[in-house]
Amino acid sequence: MTQAGVALTVLALSGCAPDSVTLEDLEAAAAKVDLGDLDAEQLLQESSTKLDLEKTDLKFGFIKLTDCAPLVIAKEKGYFADEGLNVEIEAQSNWKVLLDRVIDGQLDGAHMLAGQPIGATIGFGTKADIITAYSLDYNGNGITVSNEIWAKMQENDPKLAVDQPEHPITADSLKPIVEEYKQAGKDFQMGMVFPVSTHNYEIRYWLASSGIHPGMYTAQDITGVQDADVLLSVTPPPQMPATLEAGTILGYCVGEPWNQQAVVKEIGVPVTTNYDIWKNNPEKVFGVTQQWDQQHPNTHVAVVKALMRAGKWLDAVDEDGVFLNRQEACEILSRKDYVGADADVIDNSMTGTFVFQKTDVRPMPDFNVFFKHNATFPHYSDCVWFLTQMRRWGQITESKSAEWYDEMAKKIYRPDIYRQAADLLISEGKLDPKEIPAPGYDGYRPASTDFIDGKSYDGKDPLGYLAGFEIGHKE
Amino acid sequence: MNWRGNALRFCNVAGLPVLEPFVRLAAGEDPKEQMAGIAKFILLPIVTVGIFLGLWSLAAKTIVTGSAKLPGPAATWNAGVELFEMHQTQKAADAEMRQEKLNQAVVAMAKARLMDEAAAKSSGEEAEKYLASATTFRQEAVRAANYVPSSAPTFVDQILTSLKTVFFGFAIATLIAVPLGVLCGMSPWFNAAMNPFIQVFKPVSPLAWLPLAGLVIIWAYSGSTAGETFFEKAFLISAVTVSLCSLWPTLVNTTLGVASVDKDYMNVAKVLKLSWSQQLFKIILPASLPLMFAGLRISLGVGWMVLIAADMLAQNPGLGKFVWDEFQNGSSQTYARIAFSVIIIGVIGLVLDRIMICLRNMVSFGNPSPA
Repeated sequence: MTQAGVALTVLALSGCAPDSVTLEDLEAAAAKVDLGDLDAEQLLQESSTKLDLEKTDLKFGFIKLTDCAPLVIAKEKGYFADEGLNVEIEAQSNWKVLLDRVIDGQLDGAHMLAGQPIGATIGFGTKADIITAYSLDYNGNGITVSNEIWAKMQENDPKLAVDQPEHPITADSLKPIVEEYKQAGKDFQMGMVFPVSTHNYEIRYWLASSGIHPGMYTAQDITGVQDADVLLSVTPPPQMPATLEAGTILGYCVGEPWNQQAVVKEIGVPVTTNYDIWKNNPEKVFGVTQQWDQQHPNTHVAVVKALMRAGKWLDAVDEDGVFLNRQEACEILSRKDYVGADADVIDNSMTGTFVFQKTDVRPMPDFNVFFKHNATFPHYSDCVWFLTQMRRWGQITESKSAEWYDEMAKKIYRPDIYRQAADLLISEGKLDPKEIPAPGYDGYRPASTDFIDGKSYDGKDPLGYLAGFEIGHKE
Repeated sequence: MNWRGNALRFCNVAGLPVLEPFVRLAAGEDPKEQMAGIAKFILLPIVTVGIFLGLWSLAAKTIVTGSAKLPGPAATWNAGVELFEMHQTQKAADAEMRQEKLNQAVVAMAKARLMDEAAAKSSGEEAEKYLASATTFRQEAVRAANYVPSSAPTFVDQILTSLKTVFFGFAIATLIAVPLGVLCGMSPWFNAAMNPFIQVFKPVSPLAWLPLAGLVIIWAYSGSTAGETFFEKAFLISAVTVSLCSLWPTLVNTTLGVASVDKDYMNVAKVLKLSWSQQLFKIILPASLPLMFAGLRISLGVGWMVLIAADMLAQNPGLGKFVWDEFQNGSSQTYARIAFSVIIIGVIGLVLDRIMICLRNMVSFGNPSPA
């Protein structure tokens, strides 16, 4: 179309306030537009590929963590707009508020902990049917202890008292300290972000793999401190460093930027990341209620399309494997309405390095994975892993059959929606079929031993997996 | 010298005794006395504020923890300026975006017309296809024309939201508290019936109400989707919480005001054989207005304080959410912005209080007492 044509009509329209533009105004303005050489066939093509969206003004919730990046990037880079969506993303104060607001419809969807749709569906905490068709990222968490505890860990294990100790660091050197506290009748408190958070299961896995009991949940007591050596309590992520500094907790497991914050402010030392605890573990998902999905199927697909493009943009690398866009992503995330932390704190981990101590800076290109390794696909096996951990620690109060695990995973994780979105992107030429799992893939990742204790996890055998643990329910 | 009397009355009613010495000075009264007034009301506060800023700067240099430092006056001021600049840029960007959407709307509409023309030239299935396509483009055009900016609310937006919420909640509280208070004041029996509720609920902290208020609102709104209701849930939850807390001072003061109407007035009413409604509107209400307004003034102050806390807890849009989000950001700017918000919250509270004093003075008889 000709530029002049548009300029003229805009002049004609800008005389009236935007909310007073009537259909007649539009018609009149459109009559003056010269579409140039567009023919009817092309337009028919254009309109037939568009999804018929049920709702275009959407509001998504997020928590101020770097892994909300796909949502922020999809908005800021215009991927939502490309799909015809007008999306507002709003920071929430904590995970519970976020979940409640999704359930009661104040939010259309949200950046959620992978455990949240699962916990809600099985009824641990608030019961509601929440599904996910898109996994936002892999990895991205760390476990940080206070300087004082780190010093004691180094005393217990001289191998840690060097500039660059060997990784992964287990909780073995922490065990004597915890016992000391127990002897003295003091509580050893550590923080995590939510009862069904990945962080809770990760810190429990890490502690239990060294024989420290992180406490059980029971039907009567849902605080999860039954028989505990270490008392885990919920602390909102942004308050972790301050709570550590105040001495209320002695360590925590949290996402970025709050581990790097502890290093920058010199109040704590990250001892391990969840990449070491379980390599390429699912972290956050994009969750909506089942009802919302039923009412807005096309909108949901459009949202997933935009998120996939954002994930791809975040993981884009040049031929040397250097991230192309992470620096820009950090700048966007550091704005006050998104993550809001200083850009140089965010970019520590986002750009592929992780600072354990001032003397120990390691390249960790996979610290945040937003797209590669099929990170965005909702794998059933990932859902099953969370279910096994919920059973292991007693959040699921009775033992279940292997079929139940599979059924639940298929109810909550929805690769069918993911595939619809992916197929559309492939047909538009924005995605390579090789970038998503092959069509015959059954949703179960192959068995893996990439865990800190070397145990093998096969999603198809959840009961066998549970039976292999020393601490926690075995069936 | 009539203007002098008027000006003095204005100073009194508006609650601005600060201006009084200037009026008297302009009217040519004893300059010495007036200078004393100016010194007391203007120079002295300026000096104390100066001292405070000095102490604040000193404190800002010393209070430094591992993770943050207290912002000084200059940093706070700059943060404030920056917040307003951000607001300007955001609004400009939104306007630009709206214009762009309008362009898109026009183009989509033009495409729709082209499809209509194509449909007119063809027939049968072909025409239907074209018509369907035209509808799609038309929908797109209407959507683009009705574009509402989806950027996050700016600092100024949050101030406005907070003000709206507090007035709405305050209005609800007043509508409930004043009639109840009048009834309590007129009938000792009714007062005795209400007394247990007043005594028990009055001391309850606002934040304890919040989850319950939220539950009721969400129940009332269940079955309706976002966007089709007149009020946002979050807005109502905050407003109702404000009401629940700012109800009591008005209620208690109104009761007291009505109960303590001068007996002579009531006797006059009996002599004149006024009906019950005449008694109420001609005597009781006018006589109890000053106390009622004293209650309203306390209520609005309480409401403003409660609102900030409720916003923080419930993540409802408003200044409280702004402060909380900033605290969560933990950036180098965080504390300066929070300090600036604190000052703004205080200034708005002060202005609201002055407005109430002014209203009270307008309805008082005799000499308004200075605030």
